[in-house]
Amino acid sequence: MKDENEKQEYTITVYTENQVGLLNRIAIIFSRRKINVESLNTSPSEVPGIHRFTIVVEESRDVVLKVVRQIEKQVEVLKAYYNTNDEIVWQELALYKVLSEEITEKVKVERLLREYGARAVAIRKDFIVFETTGHREETNKLMKALEPYGLVEFVRSARVAIIKESAGFHEKLKDFEKREPGEEVTENEYLGKREAVFTM
Amino acid sequence: METKKLTGSKAVLEACIAEGVDTIFGYPGGAIMPIYDALYDYKEKLQHILVRHEQGGIHAGQGYARSSGKVGVVFATSGPGATNLVTGLADAMIDSTPLVCITGQVFAHLLGTDAFQETDVINITMPVTKWNYQITDATEIPGILAKAFYIARSGRPGPVLIDISKNAQFQEFDYEGYTKCNHVRSYRPSPIIRKEYIDEAVQLINNAKKPLVVFGQGVVLGKAEKEFKKFIEKSGMPAAWTILGLSALPTDHPQNVGMVGMHGNYGPNVLTNECDVLIAIGMRFDDRVTGRLDKYAKQAKIIHLDIDPSEIDKNVKADVGVWGDCKETLPLLTLGIEQKDRSEWLKVFADYAKQEYDQCIQPELYPTTPEMTMGEVIRIVNETTKGNAIVVTDVGQHQMVTCRYAKFNETRSNITSGGLGTMGFSLPAAIGAKFGALDRTVVAVIGDGGFQMTLQELGTIMQTGIDVKILILNNQFLGMVRQWQDMFMEKRYSFVDIQSPNYVMLAKSYGIEGAKVEDRADLVKAVETMLAHKGSYLLEVMVGKENNVFPMVPQGCSVSEIRLK
Repeated sequence: MKDENEKQEYTITVYTENQVGLLNRIAIIFSRRKINVESLNTSPSEVPGIHRFTIVVEESRDVVLKVVRQIEKQVEVLKAYYNTNDEIVWQELALYKVLSEEITEKVKVERLLREYGARAVAIRKDFIVFETTGHREETNKLMKALEPYGLVEFVRSARVAIIKESAGFHEKLKDFEKREPGEEVTENEYLGKREAVFTM
Repeated sequence: METKKLTGSKAVLEACIAEGVDTIFGYPGGAIMPIYDALYDYKEKLQHILVRHEQGGIHAGQGYARSSGKVGVVFATSGPGATNLVTGLADAMIDSTPLVCITGQVFAHLLGTDAFQETDVINITMPVTKWNYQITDATEIPGILAKAFYIARSGRPGPVLIDISKNAQFQEFDYEGYTKCNHVRSYRPSPIIRKEYIDEAVQLINNAKKPLVVFGQGVVLGKAEKEFKKFIEKSGMPAAWTILGLSALPTDHPQNVGMVGMHGNYGPNVLTNECDVLIAIGMRFDDRVTGRLDKYAKQAKIIHLDIDPSEIDKNVKADVGVWGDCKETLPLLTLGIEQKDRSEWLKVFADYAKQEYDQCIQPELYPTTPEMTMGEVIRIVNETTKGNAIVVTDVGQHQMVTCRYAKFNETRSNITSGGLGTMGFSLPAAIGAKFGALDRTVVAVIGDGGFQMTLQELGTIMQTGIDVKILILNNQFLGMVRQWQDMFMEKRYSFVDIQSPNYVMLAKSYGIEGAKVEDRADLVKAVETMLAHKGSYLLEVMVGKENNVFPMVPQGCSVSEIRLK
């Protein structure tokens, strides 16, 4: 295990109610501490009506733990987890726009598609849009490969991540809805397992 | 279900009544006019106190909440009315004071158009509220207000702000009655208490030779004063308090060893670094308490009781974190701990107390200098009130002196701005505190700087006829900043020399009796006159200009490096 104070990438997963303004409430927890958010995604979760935030930061475990507790303290947040990269499966999606004449004349498009696992999502007389999904290094590779041929536009999505150990949120939510939730929900996890917190 | 037509405004007031609110502090304005119009018909059921500034209103709400243990309610209009609440919200947030603030907002269709008196109050107040919400449809009012009161008072209390657009206040809807809220699925105010932590804590306490309890406002907020007293009495442990823990335990209790922190007592500060187990109860290891963190209680095992899990391990790593409401966790600890005589350990505190008394306390309480000291004024207040008054302090030197020397027999008697250090807090908070505890004497102790920040609230006193004793300790300086300039900045007194108006004349213009004391010979009589006076009274006491508050843990120093001079 890495040192408490050594910075590394953490993916924070937050289950919340779907409420206006909650994004801001979560965002200010980071900005107040001058923490840069590397990537932020909001989407529906496996449970209807429950939102899921995926936030990536480069910070020490100690800082991340404190931030996660502050997030979980927000009234409309159900649960927040944090994971290192080896505990999750994640993807990012990237789109690349290139000029058709440039790319068809100088590059073997077929080779591009094979080598980088790219898909063409739009093919027009004037431009072509490719798409790849993968980790940052992978999507960066195609960007580098296309740069010499005049990459007109490039955009990459936020990270979306699945926690390997997670059993999903369906059962937890049922517990939250009870007047007297069980230990599963009110588990004193920060205080108990200490080193193995936030595994589901 | 039977329904009746009701306007949003009336639904707001019905909610207040259902929640047991008796007093509202507020100030009207354009965007909250429908609610004020409805209030006209509710005068019999809801007492509204017209303040002179919204900041005064919210500090009064805080004082009310702190003296009564109930939720303080504050009304303000949109725009400047709402932004004037921000200081009070920040103060209530950091000091965990339960408040529900209702602000008016422009019509929903005008939101985001830079309409007259429109501000984005939801986003402005987000970091300084426990929860906030904007209502644009009246049908939401009963449910949201029920949630607001529940969130404000439950768990670790805090301020909630509800912003209601003017159209929603006017809107008539089918009112189905008011149901109190006691569950929000995404919000867990009180955790399940785990027996293993109780057991671990009990074991540490039972094996401890030199345990020290440090308690904060959590004991008061949890209404756990009795449980706390039983706990320390059974184990015989010395108990020290943070500034907001003061008055949770009577000051003359034999195990009460004084205050921790920057201007705390000698013994508890030094012995923090000698105890073997430190039991922190409902406190949050503020930097003014811990001093230099890497030299704070490193030798001790730390047991931390708190209802807010984010406080455990935040500043000081706990060996045992007892997450829970101390009203429930303390009795469990008391059950397990052994009855012990720790008189030898208590004697160590007494020895330090003796040194502190000789070097700091005696010269402050019984000065031989011609100039009066703040400490001797507080001593005379103690002798006159017998420790039964609520004392509301402002921020600065007088606050530290008052908290060090004021005597308290009852809980909820010390009201001060601890975490935020808001100058101008005391006068309005004292007004609110009196409304929250009408049977008690309320003394506002204020410096000449802080008083001039919110003195407009003398108008509130005038109009309501409320009885608040105002004690201004005038050293003709912004004393605490001057003390730091004196000690750490080569006496470069940069803009701390502050002039005062004629306070007695000022009070008189508001119809408030008053006097000024410049000579020690008149002091006792003057304090007695103030406290015996029927109705509000202002007493200004001229104290030494350049007295410093000691002991002191200078910033960046360890608590054991506390200076007696």
